[in-house]
Amino acid sequence: MERFDVVIIGGGPAGMAAALGAREKGASVAILERDDRLGGILNQCIHNGFGLHYFGEELTGPEYAKRFRDQVTKDDGIKVYLEAMVLSLTEDRLVRAISPTAGLIEIEAGSIVLAMGCRERSAGAIALAGTRPAGIYTAGMAQRLSNIDGYLVGKEVVILGSGDIGLIMARRMTSEGAKVKLVAEIMPFSSGLKRNIVQCLNDYDIPLRYSTTVTRVEGENRLTGVYVAPVDERMNPDLSREEYIPCDTLLLSVGLIPENDLLNGSKVEMSRITNGAVVDEYRQTSVPGIFSAGNVLHVHDLVDNVSEEAFVAGRSAAGFARGELSGGDTVNVLPSQGVRYALPQRIHKGEGKVKIYFRVDRVYKGRTVLVTSNDEVVKRKKTLVMAPGEMQNIEIDKSLIKGDISIITEE
Amino acid sequence: MNTTCIMCPMGCALTIEEKEGVLTVVGNGCPRGDKYGRAEYSHPERVVTTLLKGSRGGVVSVKTDRPIPKDKIGDLLAWAAAYRVDHAVETGEVIAENAADTGANILATSDFKG
Repeated sequence: MERFDVVIIGGGPAGMAAALGAREKGASVAILERDDRLGGILNQCIHNGFGLHYFGEELTGPEYAKRFRDQVTKDDGIKVYLEAMVLSLTEDRLVRAISPTAGLIEIEAGSIVLAMGCRERSAGAIALAGTRPAGIYTAGMAQRLSNIDGYLVGKEVVILGSGDIGLIMARRMTSEGAKVKLVAEIMPFSSGLKRNIVQCLNDYDIPLRYSTTVTRVEGENRLTGVYVAPVDERMNPDLSREEYIPCDTLLLSVGLIPENDLLNGSKVEMSRITNGAVVDEYRQTSVPGIFSAGNVLHVHDLVDNVSEEAFVAGRSAAGFARGELSGGDTVNVLPSQGVRYALPQRIHKGEGKVKIYFRVDRVYKGRTVLVTSNDEVVKRKKTLVMAPGEMQNIEIDKSLIKGDISIITEE
Repeated sequence: MNTTCIMCPMGCALTIEEKEGVLTVVGNGCPRGDKYGRAEYSHPERVVTTLLKGSRGGVVSVKTDRPIPKDKIGDLLAWAAAYRVDHAVETGEVIAENAADTGANILATSDFKG
């Protein structure tokens, strides 16, 4: 059996940054990645806009991934297992994986960083009505088939959901000669970035209909068309206004779910809101020595934030493996009044600064974010606009923490 | 012309009008929106990212090394659809200069084995 100080599950942006963070502290590191290359989903995101915060320049996904991959692969202290699928991990940190080249891999880990990312909600997850023909893809699946494998998945396309991946794929498929007939969004607003609405839809005259959903699909072997209808405030479609749109492809961009199946049956405490683990400011879960970072912890909108978070997790995991991670009393971080969730959910009392990331529950203009501890204001920040699709953060001084922390917005 | 400002999450709805050679931007919340609106009206530009096919199969992702005029995006995509990469390339390598007369060079954004 092999032994490493830090074992990282997943070699995407979170896994690679966690590895570099752990190496900064001198730990021995292993990365277990199920694909045949490092980089994760960044490899298929060929559009630009990555890295503005982290590198101060605009990169494409593959370029952003390469910056990290080059550092990881030249570091002898990091062993990378590719095509390695992790089957199980235990609370005493034994990790089992299989790969076609190495067979059964068993590793004893000083600490573990979960960096498995997230996966897309599928046709089954949204109970899509109608037949089950070919031609229905999640947006990310179509993106992979296009940008890695070189296949155009269809010629006449309807997209359900206006998340960023759906918007990006509308432009990508149009660029490859397909006709995108409609983007339907069930909400009255888009969770995608304004920039993507302008540059992926408006630039190409692709129509976007809000408060509209796909009610059923039609087709025997291949999709032949979809029905769309407007929805009321309670999301019920008005079937009397159903409209048929002939198409051979339906792309779904209807949400992302952290991929935490490995934790089924474990004692790691999970959050019902993020679908990720509950963590402290070191990104340590409720099971000592198991850390979590990136989209497996909570779904991010910017990879720059993933890298930053995973660096923290990697450094802390190295500290734990060497018995140097400080513990002590923690307080809870409690979101309310417009704040849907905040992370970390627990913070240790002590010295230094800590950044709290949070999302609001709807669009707010001109609100003030207030952080209080034992009814005393710890931090106050005025904001112009906050939207659910854009993760916010606020930094506080740990020395001001007396008891549980509230994070709220007010007029 | 109507558009949405993309300089920040506010996403102000902009109306840009030209009267007797003078541009006015209405709806912007700050000076950045004014500048963005003027540029979008008079010379909108985009960095274009797309795929090139390999002559023996496979695809390589590429980008223009600078923003190109928006009305030349179609020319560039038509050029890209016809172009075949016949050798191995590395990230950052120039694959073609002044592609489709856009003034931009085409850079590989991923490694390609050829």
